Amino acid sequence: MIVLEKRPQPSQAWSMATPAVAVLATMVFGGVLFAALGKNPIEAIQTIFWEPLFGEHASYYRPQLLIKGAPLVLIAIGLSLGFKAGIWNIGAEGQYIMGAIVGAGVGLAFYPLEAWYIFPLMIMGGALGGWFWAMIPALLKVKFGTNEILVSLMLVYVAEQLLASMSLGLLKNPQGYGFPGSRNLQSYDSAHNAELFAGTGMHWGVVAALIAVIFAYVLLNRHMLGFHIRLTGEAPRAAKFAGVHPSRLILFCLGTSGMLAGLAGLFEVAGPAGQITIDFNVGYGFTAIIVAFLGRLHPVGILLAGGVMALTYIGGDIAQSKLGLPASAIQVFQGMLLFFLLALDLLTNYRIRAARKEVA
Amino acid sequence: MKLTSLLATAALGLGLATAAVAEDKTKVGFVYVGPVGDGGWTYEHNKGRLAVEKEFGDKVETVFVENVAEGPDSERVMTQMALDGADLIFTTSFGYMDPTINVAKKFPNVKFEHATGYKQADNVSVYSARFYEGRAVQGTIAGRMTKSNIVGYIGSFPIPEVVRGINSAYIHAKKVNPDVQFKIIWAFTWFDPAKEADAAKVLIEQGADVILQHTDSTAPQAAAQAAGNVITFGQASDMSEYGPMPRVSSIIDDWAPYYIARTAAVMDGSWTSTSTWDGIGAGMVGIGEISDAVPADVKKEALALKAALADGSYHAFTGPITKQDGSAWLGDGETADDGTLAGMNFYVEGIEGDIPQ
Repeated sequence: MIVLEKRPQPSQAWSMATPAVAVLATMVFGGVLFAALGKNPIEAIQTIFWEPLFGEHASYYRPQLLIKGAPLVLIAIGLSLGFKAGIWNIGAEGQYIMGAIVGAGVGLAFYPLEAWYIFPLMIMGGALGGWFWAMIPALLKVKFGTNEILVSLMLVYVAEQLLASMSLGLLKNPQGYGFPGSRNLQSYDSAHNAELFAGTGMHWGVVAALIAVIFAYVLLNRHMLGFHIRLTGEAPRAAKFAGVHPSRLILFCLGTSGMLAGLAGLFEVAGPAGQITIDFNVGYGFTAIIVAFLGRLHPVGILLAGGVMALTYIGGDIAQSKLGLPASAIQVFQGMLLFFLLALDLLTNYRIRAARKEVA
Repeated sequence: MKLTSLLATAALGLGLATAAVAEDKTKVGFVYVGPVGDGGWTYEHNKGRLAVEKEFGDKVETVFVENVAEGPDSERVMTQMALDGADLIFTTSFGYMDPTINVAKKFPNVKFEHATGYKQADNVSVYSARFYEGRAVQGTIAGRMTKSNIVGYIGSFPIPEVVRGINSAYIHAKKVNPDVQFKIIWAFTWFDPAKEADAAKVLIEQGADVILQHTDSTAPQAAAQAAGNVITFGQASDMSEYGPMPRVSSIIDDWAPYYIARTAAVMDGSWTSTSTWDGIGAGMVGIGEISDAVPADVKKEALALKAALADGSYHAFTGPITKQDGSAWLGDGETADDGTLAGMNFYVEGIEGDIPQ
C-alpha cells in the first residue's frame, strides 16, 4: 500500500525541483507518444530541445527564442503578481489585444510623419490600452464583487471582436485593396519596434520583459507591497490584520498585469507581427498562464519557463517539418508539461509513503 | 595503411554520393494555416502536395507544417524551411502575405508561391482560383432548390474573396428564382467546427433550407443533416461523405496541376514570378458530382452553366448589375474586370445587410 502523507511544511526542495522533473517526465512520456506515432523518440526530443539551441541553424533560432519568449515572460510576470495574491486575471489575451490596438492606433494616427516621440507615445498607448481593459474586471470586482475570472475571460472575446472590427474598418490599410489589416508598421520607421542590434532578436519588448523580471523580483522581496501581495495569497485573514486594503491590491494587481499584457501586445504589433490583423492574437495571453505556473510564480522561474515554452514552440515547428510529426502531437506534448507540473506539485505538500499492511 | 586509405576513399565516395542525391532532390515546402485533416482548405492543399510527391517520386522531397498562425510564427516556419534547403515554398493562406515577402527578401534563391494574396516579387509568385465561378453554379442550384426562398450563407471573413462569392451566388440564384433571399452570418473564422455549426443552426432556424458556406469544416453539413430537408454544398473539398443529402454538390479546389507545374518549372529552371488566377476552365476549380437529390433539369441547367464558364463563353459577372446602394456597376453585356473583382468590397443590389466594417 502506498499512502500520501501531508507534510507539516511544504517541501522547499520539491518546490524547486518539480519544474525540472516535469520537463524530464514530459520528455519521457512525450518520447513514448512519438514512438507510438512511428517516429524515433530520441530524434524527436532532440529536434525539439536541441536543434533550436545548438543545431545547424541555431544562429537563426536563438534570436527567435527571444522573440517568442519575450511576450510570454512579460505577460506572465504581470499575471504572477495577481496569482500570488489570489487575484485571477485570465483575460491577458484580451488586454494584449487592446494594448496592440491602442498602441498601433496611436502610431497610425501620426502616419506618415516621422518623429522620435511617436514610438514612446505608442508604448504609453499600449500600456494604457491593456490597463484600461483590465480595469473593467477590477472595478467590477471592487464595486460589485463580480468574479474577475469570468469577467476578464469574457472580455477576451469582446476584444477579439473589436480587433476584427479595427482590421476591417478604422485601422484598415487604405492602400490594401480592400483586404483587412492595417498598414505594416515595419515599413513605418518611427513606429517600428525594430531589432536593437540586427540579427539578435533583441527588440524593446525583450528589454521590457527583462526589466519587468527585475522589478517584480525587487517588488516581491524588498517592498512592502510585495509583502502584502504574498501575505494576501498565503494568509488572507492575517493580511487583513496587517492592514492590507483588498480593493487597492485588486486594482494594483489587475492593473499591472493588464498594463504588461498591453505592452506585450504593442511590442508585438509594432515589431515581429507588424500589423493589426483579424488573427493578430495567437494565444500568448493564455500560454502565459502556463508559463507563470511553470515558473512557480517566481520572476526568475518565469524567465526560465518562458524560455522553455518558446523552445517547445520553435522546436515543435522544426519537428513538424523535419520529422513529419503532426501539430496535434506537439500540442499534446506541451499539454503534458503543465499536466506533469501540476501532478508533481502534489509532492511539494505531500510525501509518498509505503504504509505497512494492517489487518483490518 | 592500405585499409585506412581504402576506407577513407570509400567514405569520401559515399559522402559525395549522398551529396549528389541531396542535390538532385528538389525540396518543396508547404505552410498550412489549418490542420491537414480539416476536410476543406488545408486538406486540398495537402492533396496537392501528395500529388507532387506522386508525380516526381524520388526526385522531390516535400515537407509541411500545419496549424501555423499568420504573423511572426509563419515567418519563422518559412525561414526554417528555407534554411533546411527548400527550393520552393508554397504559403497557403492570405495572412502569410507580408511574412512571405519578408522571408523571400532574405532568400533570393528560394522560390515562393503565395496563395490568394497580391504582393509579388522576383522570387514570389501569387496564385488563386476563381472560386466565384463555382459559386455561380451553386447559386443556380440553390435558387432552384429552395422552397422557403431563404438561402443561408456562412461567411468567413469579409474580404473581397468571400464577398465575391456571395455576390456571384446571389446573382445566379436570383436569376432562376426572383423571390430568393440571402441571410448571411459572418463567423470570423476559416475553421472552427463549433462556431460553424452554430451559424448553420441559426440560419436553419431562420428558415433557410439551403446552406452555403465559405468556411472549411464539415460541421455545417452535419448540422444540416441533423435538421433534415436542408441542402448544403461541399466547400474547398468534395465532402462527399455527406451526399447525396444534405450535400448536393461542391466546389473543389484542385491545386495539384498547379503545384506539379510549378515544381516542374523549378526543376528545369524555367520558373519565373507569375500571377495566376484560374477557374473552372483550367481545372483549378472543380464542381463536385451533383447528387440525385437534385432534379434532372436543374442538374442539366447547372452543368450547362459550368460548361459556359469553362469555355469562357459566359462570365459570372455579366451586366446589367447594380450595386447594393443603387449605383450602376456593369452595363448591359459588360463583364467585370479582374481589378474590380480582386478588391470587391460591395454587395450587388438585392442583398440585405452590410458588409461588416
